[in-house]
Amino acid sequence: MHIQLEDIRKYFGEVKANDGISLEFMPGNIYGVLGENGAGKTTLMKVLSGFHQPNQGTIKIDDAVIHFGSPADALDSGIGMIYQDPLDEPNMRVVENYVLGRSGMMAFDQKQAKRELNAIAESIGFEVNPREYIDTLSLGERQQLELIRLLSLGADLLILDEPTTGISADQKKLLFNSLQKLAHQDGKIVILVSHKLSEVQELCDHVYVLRRGKKVGEIELPTTKQELVDLMFEELPQRTERASHVKEQAMLELQNLHVADGRIAVGPLELEVRAGEVFGLAGLEGSGQQLLLRAVAGLEDIEEGKIFLDKLDITRFSYHRRKDAGVAYMPAGRLEAGLVAGLDLVEHFVLAEPQEGFVIQRERYQQLTKKRIEEYKIVGQPSSNVEELSGGNQQRAQLALLRKPARLVLLEHPTRGLDVRSAEWIWQRLFERVAGGTAIVFYSADLDEIVERSDRIAAFSGGRMSRIVRADQTTTDELGHMIGGEI
Amino acid sequence: MTGRIWLRRLWPLAPIIGSLAITSGLLLLFGVSPFEGFGALIQGAFGTQAKVLSVAAFWVPLTLAATGLVVAFTAGLWNIGVEGQIVMGAVAASWLALRFDAPRPILLAAEILIAMAAGALWAGLTALLKTRGGVHEIFGGLALNNVAIILTNFLISGPWQPPEGGTFRGTVPFPDKALFPLLGESRLSPLSVLLTIVAVAAVYFILRGTYWGLKLDALGRNPRSAFLLGVSSEREVVFAMMFCGALAGLGGAVRVLSWFDSLRQSISGGIGFLALLVVMLALFRVILVPFIAFFFSAVLNGSISLQLRTQLHSSLGGILTSVLVLLVLLFGDYRRLGLFGAREGETLADE
Repeated sequence: MHIQLEDIRKYFGEVKANDGISLEFMPGNIYGVLGENGAGKTTLMKVLSGFHQPNQGTIKIDDAVIHFGSPADALDSGIGMIYQDPLDEPNMRVVENYVLGRSGMMAFDQKQAKRELNAIAESIGFEVNPREYIDTLSLGERQQLELIRLLSLGADLLILDEPTTGISADQKKLLFNSLQKLAHQDGKIVILVSHKLSEVQELCDHVYVLRRGKKVGEIELPTTKQELVDLMFEELPQRTERASHVKEQAMLELQNLHVADGRIAVGPLELEVRAGEVFGLAGLEGSGQQLLLRAVAGLEDIEEGKIFLDKLDITRFSYHRRKDAGVAYMPAGRLEAGLVAGLDLVEHFVLAEPQEGFVIQRERYQQLTKKRIEEYKIVGQPSSNVEELSGGNQQRAQLALLRKPARLVLLEHPTRGLDVRSAEWIWQRLFERVAGGTAIVFYSADLDEIVERSDRIAAFSGGRMSRIVRADQTTTDELGHMIGGEI
Repeated sequence: MTGRIWLRRLWPLAPIIGSLAITSGLLLLFGVSPFEGFGALIQGAFGTQAKVLSVAAFWVPLTLAATGLVVAFTAGLWNIGVEGQIVMGAVAASWLALRFDAPRPILLAAEILIAMAAGALWAGLTALLKTRGGVHEIFGGLALNNVAIILTNFLISGPWQPPEGGTFRGTVPFPDKALFPLLGESRLSPLSVLLTIVAVAAVYFILRGTYWGLKLDALGRNPRSAFLLGVSSEREVVFAMMFCGALAGLGGAVRVLSWFDSLRQSISGGIGFLALLVVMLALFRVILVPFIAFFFSAVLNGSISLQLRTQLHSSLGGILTSVLVLLVLLFGDYRRLGLFGAREGETLADE
């Protein structure tokens, strides 16, 4: 299978997401598509996978021009894509999900399907339990399942959009091994969309670099990181050293805290985070760090213990009361939990800010929204509906929605899906808050981010919190061991 | 391009034409000329002044219930229990009308308030069953509909039975001072028309420009995100349902105090279920509700004369309106159908 994209143009109103891009993909290779947020990577891949129809340009498979009306069309031609946010599916068993979307299977043979599923999984080194329910799977496992499903439907070209965000290091290794096998042994084409240079270097054979809707370069690997950086950015992002703003005053205190959901239990936990401190939580997905954050936000029932916010006992406060008391929480989900599709940015600010009176003074919020859009560099208008924003801009919008001032800011994956420069920008905004005495507690799948941005760090493993280490005296390596259970 | 724009503008007419065509086909099937059929329908609805007033009188409770439903639907609540809320409003107003004596203005005001309170409480019960008991509002509403109807039957065959003996039809007529003042010989009360207009305007204003309206909208679109952004879900669910119930209860009062003069069996006459259709046809926009409710009212009242003129059953009006609702839900949105160059799910992506 030999794929050519010729002069692809895709416009959204004024925005030229793809502005005449031509790429070529040959079997047996792993390609990287690299670029900053907003470079047009995801749009181009959605054109290739039939999700978008280009305004201009052609797709050729083995020199024959082809049109895709839908992702199903593309899959019929052997092109499958794994999206950044796994789609919200009805909760069903793994094996049921596996046969979903297949035609002509009125009554499916469970045993047969399970055998097939296991055979494919085994051939690429995955382990899945067909009887498990989807919502008990981690992001990484869902991704594996989706990959297996696409393979079973005959995909010869696999597109993975930022596949490593939110999955563990082990799952990443497993995924990369299987992708290498699929390309180099089975002769399939793999396309990795990413803004992470190290991943592209690790996995890919050939890299296309996009910037502002155009292809600005391509390069055979191996190559140096510097060369990739030079292609990707016009100017190098500067990472600023920052002063510590940690004050004496304790902003968040947890005393003998016990909290549990159906899957994991955390506690007893003692923790003190000071005003002006950034506290990072490391850990594999589902190790307890999210549970802790949600418990502090007021979204999980506490079994035992106390939570103090600046000496105030907020243990019995509801989520909304804590919000009014100065706790700002940013969830990891965007359109699932965080933003309301169908409402515009102004309406989001109206909802997020404290209510004043009965009638909305739209003009006031219009001003506020405009200011925050500028401050957070959101590509969009006050009247843009949030679902029209790109993933990176939705992330910025969520950060912009956090109330100001806040005494404690809780963040889940604060810069997920953002490139180096955007992430830097976001953290500068957060550090401004910290300088004013706000405490931040966050968790991230990116260990570099945790080490670079935190004052102190703790790791979670199986619901247990590790010793607390100072960020300037630790390394990602040490954190890796702590995550692995050497607490 | 301009051709496309015109087609998009005129598209809402397509389901109307389609449903007229289907109903015409039915008429032809039974050997009646569609012209004669629809002519009889229009005559039946607007032929005389009395008929026009009758259409208007039927319009009042239908619009009240549908206007309340817009609020519930905005919050994502399928308030199927609206029928029972109408009945409870009627029962409560009847109780005052039968048992209490006061100067007319005070009695009428009290009847209106107690009917709204009864409808609101009945709806609030459904809401609490949902938020506290995890019973979906469709099932809770259906169950409470039945309870309300059974309660009516119990009252008119038991405690409120007319002294001359149980005909199982209704209570004795209420005293005149307990009834809404009517326009001439009709069943239309100007007071209820005024209240309806106020209700529509209030809901329009609430949904357009208030915090509460926006909160309900957010809740209806994505309850999880709305909660995280700061909407107190349980409180708003209960209030939205109670607001809807209050308007439905007012509709119930109108039924017993102006359409009839007593509490009868099946007092609502299915107005709650009709109101659900009205709201769906209005695509949940309150500004369209009065017009669509009027259309429904005209068709249904007109189809009674249709029966007299053509010997066709009056359910033809019901068929026409139901087919129309189906066609609008199926084909009303050209974007969803991908017509005229529009596509669903297009986003302003910059990645």
